[in-house]
Amino acid sequence: MNGGKKFNWLGWLVLAILLSLWEYGARMSPTLRFYIPPVSQIFTALSHLFVSGQVAGHLLSTLSRFLEGYVIAALLAVSLGILLGYFRFAYNLLETLIEFLRPMPSVAIIPVAVLALGIGDRMIVAVTVYASLWPMLVNTIDGVRNIEPTLIDTARTFGLSRRLILWRIILPAASPYIVTGLRISLSIALILVTTAEMIAGSRGMGFFILDQERSFNSGNMYAGIIVVAILGYALNRLFLVLETTALRWRRGMIARESA
Amino acid sequence: MPILEVEYLSKSYRQLHGENTLAIGNVTCRVEAGEFVSFVGPSGCGKTTLLMTIAGLIEPTSGRVIVKGKEVKGPPPNLVLVFQEYNKSLFAWRTILGNVRFGLEARGDRSIGAESKTRELIDIVGLKGFEKHYPWELSGGMQQRVAIARALAYEPEVLLMDEPFGSLDALTRLELEDTLLRVWAELKTTILFITHDIEEAIYLSDRIWVLSRRPSQIIQELLVEFSRPRNQLATRAEVGFMAMRNEIYRQIGHAP
Amino acid sequence: MRESRLDGILFLLALFFVWELASRSEWVNPLIVPPLSKIFASFGSLVATGDIPLQILASMKRAAIGYFLAAAVFIPLGILMGLFDGCHRALEVVIEMLRPVPPPVVIPVALLFFGLEDEMKIFVIFFSCAWPILLNTLDGVRNIDRLLLNTARTFGLSHVKIIWQVVLPACSPQIMTGLRVSLPITLILVVISEMVGSTDGIGYFILDSQRRFKVAQMYAGMLALAVLGYSLNLLFNLAHRALLPWHWGMLRKDEV
Repeated sequence: MNGGKKFNWLGWLVLAILLSLWEYGARMSPTLRFYIPPVSQIFTALSHLFVSGQVAGHLLSTLSRFLEGYVIAALLAVSLGILLGYFRFAYNLLETLIEFLRPMPSVAIIPVAVLALGIGDRMIVAVTVYASLWPMLVNTIDGVRNIEPTLIDTARTFGLSRRLILWRIILPAASPYIVTGLRISLSIALILVTTAEMIAGSRGMGFFILDQERSFNSGNMYAGIIVVAILGYALNRLFLVLETTALRWRRGMIARESA
Repeated sequence: MPILEVEYLSKSYRQLHGENTLAIGNVTCRVEAGEFVSFVGPSGCGKTTLLMTIAGLIEPTSGRVIVKGKEVKGPPPNLVLVFQEYNKSLFAWRTILGNVRFGLEARGDRSIGAESKTRELIDIVGLKGFEKHYPWELSGGMQQRVAIARALAYEPEVLLMDEPFGSLDALTRLELEDTLLRVWAELKTTILFITHDIEEAIYLSDRIWVLSRRPSQIIQELLVEFSRPRNQLATRAEVGFMAMRNEIYRQIGHAP
Repeated sequence: MRESRLDGILFLLALFFVWELASRSEWVNPLIVPPLSKIFASFGSLVATGDIPLQILASMKRAAIGYFLAAAVFIPLGILMGLFDGCHRALEVVIEMLRPVPPPVVIPVALLFFGLEDEMKIFVIFFSCAWPILLNTLDGVRNIDRLLLNTARTFGLSHVKIIWQVVLPACSPQIMTGLRVSLPITLILVVISEMVGSTDGIGYFILDSQRRFKVAQMYAGMLALAVLGYSLNLLFNLAHRALLPWHWGMLRKDEV
């Protein structure tokens, strides 16, 4: 965030002021209260939801679909990406296809998925896999193609076999790019899961939030949104921790480059 | 039997528009075990191609390379190439220790003694204390030393070096020349060295092959008989040194 | 590299052929995957009757308003925050709180406020484009070299002039990045918001076709969407070249 680790008093003050205005305004005006319930009410709703366990099931649903879709996509994308990045001819074959499919927003695949797989977990995981695939794939291909030929030659001059070159050289060398792709797909996967749940789901946070809106339960609706926001935030932080550990060797390089 | 034989080696490339360019002409030479030999030639004459072909990383168009009696088809197991661009050759994700240890791992040495052998090598090239650093933290000269240490960890019988000191400043270069000679004297490897720096070639080698402009061909072979161990001041001050340098300079200048 | 292009196109055509065959021979369920020819036919007729273009227009109207509104609000805000640290710190916490909210999740809120009207989609798009545009602009301003600003000041430029003549052009590449990234986001969200709550638009069209089991039509809609996405990219590149010819040239040079 900031340059130093100074605590941002001003920022929190602004937030507090805005929240107070919100609270006051919502209490005063019935119309406003309808659209935006007072903050306090939202937080009450939030805690109530958790205590009653109402939201737990939905949250779990969303989370499990997210994990399943993300992990499958990662495995597929990284293996395919390495292949395509390493073997020029394979990439050439598929390049036009990829270019063709990329401009189409992944969400458009949801109706097809519903048609083929109906409504439910499988459909949601499938669309999540499809959407998450692209950033991971593209970045992995990029990473492998950007590997210095000298690096590969070095491995060869040390007599490394193809398999060892893959594990010891290609994967580590391309890892910054791969991680970038994984990071981008993190948000995309969450977006797709919640979207699919909204459009064609009967469970999950996406469905829950929409459902609460339909029942004019705005308090619960906002509470649900907060839950999803926290989920997204937590996933991002977790990823950051994993990324820093895995790419410890890069930290200094990047710091130096940006200095 | 000579440890390395190059016989009628040539390499041509297909260009974009279909014509063939000859990078290496007809190169034939022999290297005895334990020798320090150099190829000297102008930039772009195909020296790197020559070395990569000898290293088995490139397939020759005709002719062959024989290492210890076996024809080279792909990187031979007792030979290692040190590249000019050290920063593209070192493994950014490994520490210095990890990079040098790689040489041992590549040999299949995962013994308990590997760790100490690695540290020894790091010490030999003068990088003691930097084991836990990452390559990007080191200067160019230090990085090249890591590359050399890594290659030595492999314990190759033949060490090929492609202008290893070319991208370094003059003073670092002199330092590394001596480091290299010291290491070579200790380990008794055979070294095949490429450089465009004539004086460096004379200073380091037992024998020099002068290469023509592209396509590379050996124009002349010279024996370097200055006493060893060489000394930056004494050896370079010898009468014959400048004469040899001038001779080579003329050869390269007049080469077609 | 034309050769490789050709390979790719041939491969694509081969895939088309396989699709057609698989569908017609009922190897895949033609109710779920109709023959490609039917899809193209459907696409053709829907374009001809104006159905698809109408839906696209409806979507584009909302998308454009949301997109440009976001640009009009968040570019100046980003510049202000970049130039005035106080402003940045004041808004920072609020922004960090709102950022982790995945854009589609905002749709129910928009539904509550605006129902199924255009405003709903515009609001969603506005919210979703906010962060890429804002953060990229902010980044661009903060990364302006002090030297540039000091140069302007040493020429005695007023504050306003500095912003207009130095800051804006200097951070325009980064602003462009923000706008470029927001393009697919806009498209995605207009489709999603139409699928969740709308009576027209290309997103609605695709979902509606699926619900009525007009499968070829559904795919035709997806095709139209892909073409739309591709064209928007093209248009953006043209705009980029027109507005920032100097930056465009730089990028091109790097590519070559």
